[in-house]
Formats: sequence, C-alpha cells, structure tokens
Amino acid sequence: MIHPFRKGANAISEPLITLRGVHKLYEMPGGGTGTVLEDIDLEVREGEILAVLGPSGSGKSTLLRIIAGLTQPSRGSVRYRAGVVGHGVALVFQSFALFPWMTVQENVEIGLRAQGLAPKERERKALQVIDMIGLDGFEGAYPKELSGGMRQRVGFARSLVVDPDVLLMDEPFSALDVLTAENLRRDLLDLWLERRIPTKAVIIVTHSIEEAVYLADRAVILSRDPARIAAQVPITLPHWREREDPRFVQLVDQIYGLLTRREAVPAHASNRRVQTVPPVRSGALSGLLELLEDQDEKVDLYRLGEELSLDVEDLLPIVEAAELLGFAKVAEGDIELTQEGRDFAEASLLRRKEIFRDQALNRCPGLENMVRVLGQKSNGRMNREFFVDVLERSVGPEEAERQVDTLIDWGRYGEMFAYDTESRQLYLESVVEEQESAPTD
Amino acid sequence: MSWFPAPAIARRRTFGWVDLLVLLAVLLLLLGVVRLGSGMAAPLRTASHISLSPWSLPLYAGESLLRIVIAFVFSLVFAVAYGYAAAKTNLGRRLLVPLLDILQSVPVLGFLSATVAFFAGLFPGSTAGLEMASVFAIFTAQAWNMAFSFYHSEMTLPRDLQEASTVYRLGRWQRLWYLELPSSAISLILNSMMSFGGSWFFLAASENVTYAGRSYLLPGVGSYMAVAEQRGDAGAMVAAVLVMILLIVLVDQIFWRPVIAWSQRFKMEQTRAADEPTSFVLMILQRSMLVEMLERRVLRPTLEGALRALSRPPRPAQVRRLGRGALGSAGGLLAVALLAWAAFSGAHLLHGIGGAQVLHVLWLGILTLLRVAAAVLLGALWTVPVGVYIGLSPRVSGWAQPVAQIAASFPANMLFPVVVALLLRMDTGLDIGAIPLMMLGTQWYILFNVMAGTMAIPSDLKEAARVFGVRGGLRWRQLILPAIFPSLVTGGVTAAGGAWNASIVAEVVGWGGHLLVAQGVGAYITLATAHGHFGDILLGIAVMSVLVVAMNRLVWRPLYRLAETKYHLD
Repeated sequence: MIHPFRKGANAISEPLITLRGVHKLYEMPGGGTGTVLEDIDLEVREGEILAVLGPSGSGKSTLLRIIAGLTQPSRGSVRYRAGVVGHGVALVFQSFALFPWMTVQENVEIGLRAQGLAPKERERKALQVIDMIGLDGFEGAYPKELSGGMRQRVGFARSLVVDPDVLLMDEPFSALDVLTAENLRRDLLDLWLERRIPTKAVIIVTHSIEEAVYLADRAVILSRDPARIAAQVPITLPHWREREDPRFVQLVDQIYGLLTRREAVPAHASNRRVQTVPPVRSGALSGLLELLEDQDEKVDLYRLGEELSLDVEDLLPIVEAAELLGFAKVAEGDIELTQEGRDFAEASLLRRKEIFRDQALNRCPGLENMVRVLGQKSNGRMNREFFVDVLERSVGPEEAERQVDTLIDWGRYGEMFAYDTESRQLYLESVVEEQESAPTD
Repeated sequence: MSWFPAPAIARRRTFGWVDLLVLLAVLLLLLGVVRLGSGMAAPLRTASHISLSPWSLPLYAGESLLRIVIAFVFSLVFAVAYGYAAAKTNLGRRLLVPLLDILQSVPVLGFLSATVAFFAGLFPGSTAGLEMASVFAIFTAQAWNMAFSFYHSEMTLPRDLQEASTVYRLGRWQRLWYLELPSSAISLILNSMMSFGGSWFFLAASENVTYAGRSYLLPGVGSYMAVAEQRGDAGAMVAAVLVMILLIVLVDQIFWRPVIAWSQRFKMEQTRAADEPTSFVLMILQRSMLVEMLERRVLRPTLEGALRALSRPPRPAQVRRLGRGALGSAGGLLAVALLAWAAFSGAHLLHGIGGAQVLHVLWLGILTLLRVAAAVLLGALWTVPVGVYIGLSPRVSGWAQPVAQIAASFPANMLFPVVVALLLRMDTGLDIGAIPLMMLGTQWYILFNVMAGTMAIPSDLKEAARVFGVRGGLRWRQLILPAIFPSLVTGGVTAAGGAWNASIVAEVVGWGGHLLVAQGVGAYITLATAHGHFGDILLGIAVMSVLVVAMNRLVWRPLYRLAETKYHLD
C-alpha cells in the first residue's frame, strides 16, 4: 500500500522515474571493465518514499547519482515522466556539501540563482523555506558556525527551495549523532506527511535498516559485486511507526536476513575469476570471535551490531571474514561460532596464530597462492606489485591494492610471511635467515 | 556571495571617520596612479636623469610599485585563464600542463635583456617600451606558479561541491565564481604573495638593463640604487635600501595581510580555527559604510547580472567541456603554429653555432650548477640550525618569521655591488664570490621553510622524545631532521630556482669601473646580451633550462617523493 494521503489516481499512473536495464561499468587501466551496477530495473512511483539498502561498495550512491543525472548509465535507460525533467530533482548529501564561503541564505539560494530568479523573489522563497525547516535566525550564519544537524537542515532547505519533484538523499543522517538524526528524520517525515512540500517522491540511500523501515514505503535491497536488485520489500505499516512494534522488528529482521544472505553464486556472474577477501584486519576478526565466544549461543547479527554500535556496513565485512576462514557460520541473520572458531577464541596468542594459519591456508586461495609463490623463489622474496598486478586484471587497481593490503595483514598475523614496507617486498623469514647465514660457512 | 559582509550592527552605521579614511585612501591612490602612469610614456632617460635626492625616492618607489602591481594584475588574470584552460580541456592537460612545467624552469632573467630590446624597438625614443619590458619580466617571474596553483585547485575541487553545483545547475561562469574561484582562493593568494615577494628581484634587475652596448634605465628604486652605486653615494644607497624595506613592509601590511585575513572565509574546513589571521586594514574596510554600500548597490548587482547573462544553465547530467568545439581546435592550431614559429626562428638563430661551442657552454653550465649546489648547501648549513632554533622557540619565531619573509622578498641584486666591494677587499675572485651573491637572495627560502617545518612538529612527538630521554644528536637524527625534511626539500627547490636566476646577475658584476666576470653560463648569457648576440643568448638559456629540468627530475623529484611518503606527518 502506498501512503494513504498520496494514494489515488496517481498511484497507478505512469511512474515518475523508470530505470530499465541500467548497467554501470568502469574501465580498468589494465584493460577490461568492472561492473558497479548490473541490470537494474526500478520504478519510482508518485507518493512514495523509497529506501535503497545494500552492503558498502554495492553501488547505492552510484544508482542515486544516475537518477540525479550526475553520471550516465553505461547501458540501459533512465526515463523521467514528462514534466519531471528540468528542475525536477534535488540531492541531499551525506557530507552536506555546503559552500563554506556562503551564508545559510546564500547556500539556500544557489539553485534559485542558477534559475535566474530576481533577487527579491529569490529572497522571499529562500526565507520561506528557511522558516519552514527551522533555520529562522540563522540566515546570516556561515556553515562552520552551525552544528551538524543545522547544517543538514541547510542541505534540506537548499533542496526543497527548488520545488523538486523527486528528492534524492544520499545517507543524509549518517554523519549526524543519533538524537540529531532522529530529530531531523521526524521533522522531514512531518513535512512530507502533512504535505507541506510539493515533492512527489523521495529516494533515500541508507545503510540503516531501521531508518529504512521507519521512513520508507518500499525498501530496495542491492547485492554486492556487482550490485543487482536482490529483493524489494514493501513496508506498509502506517505512520508514525513504533520501533517496538513486533511488525517493525520483524521487518528489520527480514531485511537483515536479506542483506547478510550469501548468495549462491549465479552461473552468469562469472566475470569474477578470483575469490576476494573482505578488507578486515586480523585484530578486528579476533575481537569478534572473542565476543561471540563469550555469548556462546547463536547471536542475532542485528542485535550484535546494535550492541557494538556498528553499522551493517562495518560489521558485515568482519562477519564475512569469519565465515570465509571457517570460524563462524551465518544463517538467517544469526551468527554462530564453529569448532575452529571456538578453539581460536580460547587459545593463547601464539596458538591462535597457528590456528589462523591453518584455516587461512586451507580456505583462502589467495593467501595460499602467495605463500606458494614465495616458496618457489630461491631467495624467498617477491615484490608486492606482482600480486597487485595479478589481482588487478580481475578486480581493478583500487580493489587489488586493498586486497593485497588485507592479505599481507593476514599473512603477517599468521606468520606465513613477512613484509618490508620500504622495499615493498614480501619474504619468507626462514629462507632469508638461512641465506644470510649461509655465505659465511 | 558577499565580499564584505558587514556585521549586523555595522549595517545601520552612518558615514563615519572610517569612511573618511577609506575615501581619502582611494583618492590618494587614484592621484598616485595618474601621476605615475603619466610618466610611463615619457622620453627615454639615461643615468644622468636619475636624481639621487632622497626626496625623489618616494616617487621612484611609487613607480616601481606601480610596475609590479600592473604585472601582478596580468599574472592573476593569466593564472586563472591558463589554469582553467589547462584543467578543462583535453588539449590543456596534454599540452598546457607540461608547457607550464618547462616555463617554470626557464631562467626568465636570461630573456630580460632580449625582451627589453624587443619592446624598446616597438616604441623608439619613449620609455613606454621599457616599461612594457619591465612589466613583462616581472610577469614572467610571477605568473607560472600562480597558474599552477589555480590548475591544481581546479583538479582537486571537492567532489560533493561539484556535484551540488551540477545538481543545482550552475552555469559555467556561476560555477567559476561561486565554486572554483572561492575553492582556489587561499592557495592562489598564498602563491600570489610568494610570487609578488619574489618579483622585487626582477623589478630591480629590469630597471637597469644593458643590451647591445646600450644601457637602459627606468626611474625606480632599482635604478636609483644602481646609479647611487655607480656614483659611490653611500648615503643614497642606504636610503634606497631603507625605502625598499619600507615598501615591502607596507605592501605586506596594507595589502597582503588584509587579503590573507579576508581569504580565511574560503577555508574548506567546516570548523572555526582558534587563531585566524586578522588585519586592522580589513577591519576598517568591513566597518566602512561606503565600502558596504558600494558592494551591495553596485558591485553585487552588476556581478550577478553579468553572471546570469553569461550563464545559460547547462542541461543536467551533462557538464559540457570546453575545447571540444571550434575554440579548442583554434587554440590547438595556434599553439602548434607558435611552436613551429619558435622552433624555426630558434633554429635560424642557432645557425652557425658549432658542437665545440655547445660543449663549452655545457661546461659553463656545469660550473654554474656547482655554484648553485654550493649556494643551496651552504645556505642550508646555517639556516637549518638557526631555523630549528627559531621554530622551537615560539617567542623568537614571533618576530623572526616576518623578518625572514622580508629578507626573502628583498631584491638581493640591489646589494650585489656592495658585497662585491667587500670581496675585492678580501681578494676573492667572482668565481667563488658568485656563491655568496647567490646565497644573499636565496638562503632565506630555506630559512623560513625550516622554521615553518619546525613549528609544525606535533607537540606529542616532541614530548615523547623528551620522555624517552632522546637528546642531542639522536634527537636531531630521529626527530627533527625527519620532521622538517619535507619543508627542507621545498625550501631547497625554491632556493635552487632562485640561485639559477641569480647566476645571470651574479656572475657578472660591475663595481667602480671594474667588471668582474665568473666562469659560468650565467655570465655567458649576460655577456652575450651585452653584445647583442641572440644565438648565444638562446644557447645559454637552453643549456640552463636543460640543466634545471634535469636537476628537478633527477634530484628534487625523488626527494619530494621521499618527503611525501616516508617523512609525511599528518
């Protein structure tokens, strides 16, 4: 169900924005292409708030930027309903993106200036919105004089003043503290429900499941590598929603399950030749395992995140790493230690390194490969670039650097090899020591 | 964006003493400019026309200042236009950026005399040509690093602000005015200040030029000093030095300080810094009703109207790039034609220069290179300990920093003959003597960079060193030298660049009828200029440029990389 206020003839009419088969590819320096978004079909209907959720790096922001017209899809089409193009979209940024050298009022007026409105008219509209959004009295202030919450209010005012048909928001509350974010969310929802703004639809990119369930009429869940639409969840609870409501909790759990589900790799997703590792340092991994050991039962991932005040974005990679190394199992939004995980958590520092090494060499081909390459070299040394180059062909340069960083961290922790930052070389300590003592004999 | 947003109380102020002050200053300025400007097309003057009366000094100082200011305005416009074109067009990135890199390495002073001849030829019998040559010389000393700074800012615009500008559909000119100029303001202003300070040297050189056996003089502090030296008038020399220092200090206080304080609004940080630079002059301007009214009634409406008229908003999702169309190809053709012409005329001039001569000039170049290296190393030898001492003591650095800046701005070439007199007394030839002459102007760059680097050492590192009893030599090796390394490299690069330029005036110096000449490519260029041998000038400059570029690539760039990776403090 679409929100009751907005339901009506419009709800079944042509969508405001239609995305068909949208792909976003990027070129990799070593030739070949990587995929950010794959085959996205999406309709934005009049009267709805749409939440886009997905793991970090899943291309949520790219999707939003394609809708905003900031970047073009590599393939596929974005169609706006007649009349929506033009001043039809506005964007609220996670970083606020305010011009530090302009006052609040000047920041709000920037879109009107671009439209070429006369100064009098500009001022009238700006002041009206400033008033509505609760910035009264701060017109002449500079952004640096404001708190984060007030700054984002300026961001909202700047968007709303151009009367956009579609309001796009890129994690608008995630740079704010919890209370401020809640306050701003409520104010925004109030404006929307009371129809004090002419906006016809809102798209919000977020990593907070609660925020999505609290605000949105529909949640779109993206998968990772490459991002496809994994699921769409309608949220039909009437506003104002209560977080304690069992239906609310159930929705949050459902979405959490969808987000943490490790998809069986579909046959057509074969442009990934190597298994990648989540960018997690060994320390964070040990921390998670110790924590789980204390809890000894199955633990709800969502609760865990809450407890640690970690976002899904931060928690998921650690969970993935634990799963990859066989220290934990995840099923339906719950995480549980395996026997190895339990052993690890109980072991001494030195024993841990051994367990970690065994697991990593067995289950992480990338690491096993590194150790093998080093073993084959007579001097036991290899340049870092070699491994980066190998990975670059399949995952692109940036990701390759990150992968090698992570693998080196794991390798150092498990004492599988050592790394010299100056010469940027990986080496086997045993071989190098042998060689250093050998010539003197 | 308001340029002088007055505080709310000030808006209701009536005409007061501040306004009177501003009005008076504006009138004086206008009067001065008209008076000095009218002298710019006067008939040619020779040394006998320069009056050594101290009363004419302020007027000469004004003329010098006017020259440097005109050149600066050109430099600023050029920097923005060049940086913009380099950043926004494909051609720019491929052609303009490397070109700038080369232009930066060419010792501009080598061209000075040749350009004087060219411009003097345009206006025979009038000083207008000389004035142009002088302004051009100063321009070439100022413009390149300003252009680089603007280009760099263009390339590193904050992504979110760019996106906001696109989403809210700012036109190209609006984007320039509301986003790109403000984003680049702080770095552009800092670079402007450095360029401005550095160009006094070129001003002094360009007021007194010998080309093809003829001596050209422009009235100004530089020529006043030169004539005073010729006539051995010690009193006039002291007066000239004092006026020069006063001029530098005044420009700093009345112009740069307010501009720097004003530019703080363009900081990207979203938080307020505790100690922002302040300026008394800026406060007067901001409190003046006259300025505020001018800004609100005249400046702002005109500007906004112009921006609106110029900017048709681009279609969303499509930021058009300059240079795709006819403009780009026309620019490309022009550039190619210019290069071809330069290559052709260069080849023509160099015709008849044999391999032996090239080798000889190369040898001279290496001699000068050794001198430059010695000047930088000797400079570092005393400036590092002194700079570190000053930097570690907040009390001393409070007054020493501005002094070092003034010393760096002071045109050392004005003092060359005085130093040469000392050298003669000590019986040192110019082959060695040119080194202290080079140091005279360039060591200050190392000094204030070391000072700045030392002051930037985080106090927790200093405390950690103290707690663990790290003292003496160990402290130098493990804390101070690594921490100041990046600043030391920056100072060294600047000093070396300055020393190369200085070699052109430091390897040939006249004193009391003697002409002292050192073996070096600087002297080679100067002598070739004095005789009007164009081919030799070109050869000398080419050799020097090649050496400068080679040093940059082989020595400074690796050091920079090391500074950025290993010795980077953040």
